[in-house]
Amino acid sequence: MGIREDILDRVRRNQPAAIPHPDLRDFTHLASADLITTFARSLGVMAGVLIDKPPDDLGAFLREKFPDAKNICSAVPEYVGTSKPEDYPVWADAAKIDVSVVRSPLGVAETGSVLLSDDDLRVNTIAFLAHDIVILLAPDKIVENIHVAYQHPAFKEKAYSVLMSGPSGSADIGGKEVHPAQAVMTLTVILWPESAKTS
Amino acid sequence: MSVHPVVDQASNAARFLADRSREEYFDTLMWSLREARDRSASEVPEWEQLRDLGSAIKEHTLSHLADYLEQFEASAKRNGVEVHWAHDAHEHNQIVAEILSRHGAKQLIKSKSMLTEECDMRRYLENRGVTVTETDLGERIQQLDDEPPAHIVGPAWQKSPEDVARVFAKAYGSDPNNAAPVYLAHEMRVHTRALIEKADAGMTGANFAVAETGTVVTATNEGNADLSGNVPRLRICSVGIEKIVPTHRDLAVFIRLLSRSAVGMPITQYTSHFRAPRRDGEMHIILVDNGRSERLGMEKFWQSLKCIRCGACMNTCPVYRRSGGLSYGSTYMGPIGIIMMPTFDIRRFSELPFSSTLNGSCSNVCPVKINIHEQIYAWREVMDEKHQIKLAKKSAMVAAGEVLSHPELYRIVTAAGETTLKRLPRFAIYNDFNAWGKHRETPLPAGQTFHEWYKANRRKA
Repeated sequence: MGIREDILDRVRRNQPAAIPHPDLRDFTHLASADLITTFARSLGVMAGVLIDKPPDDLGAFLREKFPDAKNICSAVPEYVGTSKPEDYPVWADAAKIDVSVVRSPLGVAETGSVLLSDDDLRVNTIAFLAHDIVILLAPDKIVENIHVAYQHPAFKEKAYSVLMSGPSGSADIGGKEVHPAQAVMTLTVILWPESAKTS
Repeated sequence: MSVHPVVDQASNAARFLADRSREEYFDTLMWSLREARDRSASEVPEWEQLRDLGSAIKEHTLSHLADYLEQFEASAKRNGVEVHWAHDAHEHNQIVAEILSRHGAKQLIKSKSMLTEECDMRRYLENRGVTVTETDLGERIQQLDDEPPAHIVGPAWQKSPEDVARVFAKAYGSDPNNAAPVYLAHEMRVHTRALIEKADAGMTGANFAVAETGTVVTATNEGNADLSGNVPRLRICSVGIEKIVPTHRDLAVFIRLLSRSAVGMPITQYTSHFRAPRRDGEMHIILVDNGRSERLGMEKFWQSLKCIRCGACMNTCPVYRRSGGLSYGSTYMGPIGIIMMPTFDIRRFSELPFSSTLNGSCSNVCPVKINIHEQIYAWREVMDEKHQIKLAKKSAMVAAGEVLSHPELYRIVTAAGETTLKRLPRFAIYNDFNAWGKHRETPLPAGQTFHEWYKANRRKA
């Protein structure tokens, strides 16, 4: 008997008598009008920054917010950066990026999370190796909680997806969260409807 | 038969307690996490329903584990993932070494995985010429200091920031007098990112593995699982077979419970889902048994397999908080360690079930409602049945049993104790036989026993 068959055989022999699966619920409570407020509060708890409407000039906004940034990698049609994800066929080279600009297809009010998958990023590492990240999110894509979020098709279809909730941090020294850790230093979400202007 | 000596947790704890400031620091830190957990849980109206659901989903999954493992494997293979199976730590380590060797990979970056700790994988690989870099800050601190994790969530929490400053000064040449966590985290970033960028292979553990999609899920604050799993083309995920959950809808329950229970935050900064290899890459999943299938058949102990590794039981445990994690001499420590470790080596960990007050706090905070304190008690019974209790402890327990089961004898002994305590000089009370008095004053005996008070008062009524 091979290792696989042996392990499965042992598990089958030892597993307890069948216990039924419980009924699941989505535990939604909020009115849709409260989703953005809750998202903003949660993102703040996770040390992220929320800009509640598209700036008139995204380029000027980025220059002001990240004055030292020279390499801005844009994965969105709303903004033409100095580079695009495909410029980093060696994924480690995304470490040269100062700011990544991406769009998320989903926000989660409960946790201040945004979903990013390989389709949104094209080169996954632009979300981690860049110094900072700016994420565009349509306000009507914010759902109440993780139960609803996991119904998004990306989780079943994409090779890689992440719920990103604030910049990288660590509480491993002294138990209090500090930023940054190894990944992005800051995370900014701009509420930006998909049909809004480009700059 | 175990070749390792019996872990004497109490003696190990005594060494930790010798430095009073260290004990206070650790106790305060752990309790602050417990308080943060309570605050966070109270903000979720359905918290107790989530705990019930978490427990029920895990019990359902474990009672159908073979089917779900097959489903997970089939899903992963459909995604283009190579799936391996390992009976034990040795087989697991061999598989990892073979994959790395096939690719000529010598530089491995990895995120925190208690399973690879269980397998002692780092030493195995390093003996074969592979440089392993832990990318989790706490785990890296412990690696640089050549110590195992002291906590399953924050491996280095037993160290003060000043301790970390000394470790980093030695390893990285940083300022030994700068113990600001922000500075130390920056030092870690500078030194580790260089290694991440040139790594040949990346490795993660798994917080969860979703059967319906074959997805490995990790939860980190640092993003280091995403870096380990995305920067190199070669990705290896080690997964304990008990980590399976049926669907993403089930997963949602655990994601809501995990970080709140661990540190009082609504979620980790990165909740990451590795379903398939990147287009130009390769992904391997190793499904590891290492004693889990045997534990599944233990009527009193299989429920410990529900654990989602949040560490809440440790943060609340009065023994853990005042002993430090290293005192358990084991991969898993605190209450959850007490009930898991004897399944790995019953003799070596035969003393651990006695490192508990049985106050039940661990069970009360467990997000998946494991009956931890009841299992600790059950392990004591097993140790007795299997003659794994030291003679001195056994004799003391027999004597206590005699006294407690005979009311008259109990009253004589308590009365004698009170009289003696009042009369003895200090040096006769505060000595090595009085564990209570080592770190605090022994309370003065009451004027009368409860029995005497009851006789004098309530009997009249």
